[in-house]
Amino acid sequence: MTTAEPTAIGAAHVAARTGPLSRFQNMNRDKREQAIVAYLFLLPDVLGLLIFVVGPMLLALAISFSDWRLTGTPEFVGLRNYDIILKDPKFGASLGRTMLYTIGYVPAVYLISLGMALLLTRRGRGNFFFRTIYFMPVAMSMVVAGVIWRFMFDPGNGLINEMLGAVGLPTLQWTGHVQSAMVSVLIVAIWKSVGYFMIILLAGIQDIPSDYIEAAQIDGANRWQTFRFIIMPLLRPTSFFVLVVLSINALQAFDQIYVMTRGGPAQATYTLLMYIYEKAFREWNFGYSSAMAVVLFGMIFVLTLVQVRYFRSTDVRQ
Amino acid sequence: MKKPLSSHLKLALYYLVCLALAVVFAGPFLWMVSSSLKPANEIFANPPILISSNFSLKNYEEVFKRTSFERYMFNSFFVATTVTLLALLLHAMAGYALARLDFPGKRVIFIGIVSTLMIPFYTILIPLALLVRELGWINTYWALIVPAIPHAFGIFWLRQFFMGLPTELEEAARIDGASRIGVFFRVALPLARPVLAALSVFFFLANWDSFLWPLIAANRPDMRMVQVGIQSFTGEHGNAWELIMAASVIAILPTLALFFGLQRFIVASVKMTGLKG
Repeated sequence: MTTAEPTAIGAAHVAARTGPLSRFQNMNRDKREQAIVAYLFLLPDVLGLLIFVVGPMLLALAISFSDWRLTGTPEFVGLRNYDIILKDPKFGASLGRTMLYTIGYVPAVYLISLGMALLLTRRGRGNFFFRTIYFMPVAMSMVVAGVIWRFMFDPGNGLINEMLGAVGLPTLQWTGHVQSAMVSVLIVAIWKSVGYFMIILLAGIQDIPSDYIEAAQIDGANRWQTFRFIIMPLLRPTSFFVLVVLSINALQAFDQIYVMTRGGPAQATYTLLMYIYEKAFREWNFGYSSAMAVVLFGMIFVLTLVQVRYFRSTDVRQ
Repeated sequence: MKKPLSSHLKLALYYLVCLALAVVFAGPFLWMVSSSLKPANEIFANPPILISSNFSLKNYEEVFKRTSFERYMFNSFFVATTVTLLALLLHAMAGYALARLDFPGKRVIFIGIVSTLMIPFYTILIPLALLVRELGWINTYWALIVPAIPHAFGIFWLRQFFMGLPTELEEAARIDGASRIGVFFRVALPLARPVLAALSVFFFLANWDSFLWPLIAANRPDMRMVQVGIQSFTGEHGNAWELIMAASVIAILPTLALFFGLQRFIVASVKMTGLKG
């Protein structure tokens, strides 16, 4: 009894002085084995994340405070790049186009995919078939989608213009004209994404207990009322998630724009990411490009925070 | 009792809408395949020709003759498969450690991993390119494979899965004298098969479809991945749409096969990403 006490105090004393390492030595065999296996299992991924994600993020911040071209060494310039961003009309214009793209993309994808999900909740023959077809563009890359649609949008005799002409509608220049280029790249993105979000919304709708819907119908609610007062409120978390993810995607639109218009014509589809890409990999101006990339990060970060906040508050309520 | 006419009308309308949508989504696929089988002079025929009377596979031969498309396909296949297999193994290990094992610093490590999800890929593009160049990896498989592996998303989902798994089987194996590492590989990992399948489809598709990173990291003709290959082919063959469509069909064939073969898993993976990401 008397011998046990001093050792315990001694151990605590050592632990207090040297921290986690001695705490580790004081663990029993099983605990220690668990910790060793755990660190071993976590090592490759944690190391990978540190080297290829966290490190580059810190580096991006550092580079954004420097003047760094392909040749020459980075030079610390403080906030000068951010100062230039504020005055750069090309930045403002490209950010504006990104916003325009977002405003076109987010509501369209949400409403269409919600409509399709509702269509498929009706238990009909061929549901599985239709779901498969609508979901198919998910299996296609944005690059290939951009290539195919550019072909169909051909201003001369592309399929779309042929079809418009056949029913007596005026044909368009599509990607070839300042006024329709943005619509063209949006159509591709919407066409490619709605199937994916349809599946998410469909899962959300199917998670709603059928008792609720039946109870509403017994109370005399019609289809619209059921949708408006039962489905929509209970679908709110899924809807919120979808809207935030769509906004984050929209801010990062690139592939199909690169393939279809390269930001043209007359910069009509020149989004923020196109600008970042060209500044870095055409003009080799890493400092300024990084500063813009950090601004992009800031916008996405705010959206992510909103998301986290929202789900934390709904979790508490439930 | 006969149904009233209006309900028949409603049903007809319902199928009409479903079919119209099906045309919108399947149409471009059909047009792509149809165009890839046509001779050049029928590409912009007026009115459009759906099934050519001069139907042939000549365009496909031409694509392989003019570029090393088989090389692009191999590169994409090799990279996507390697990334998928390594990522699944490493993420399962990490997820298992976070779900099942007790160790100092667990909470901090978990929060740290999850918060990397907030970093958009495009923000780290420049430093990543510089890092890869510094390592001498430009135009090598290393540049395409290694940075694509670490991803908090996979770790997070495997952790969630293992946390929901009953512990009895693992405990039984422990009592039978298996080591912790043995329990993971022989008991827990096989039980995770459905999640691993869903995640593997997700990883494979993401890597097969990725464009900007391969464009920056490996643009030398023999190291191009298939999306970069398509893009450069389009650039080089301006208006040879019959060839471009043939190349596009080749590029999506593996993903379409995957799509129809493993649709169940793809839908599962989408739902997984969707439910409170």
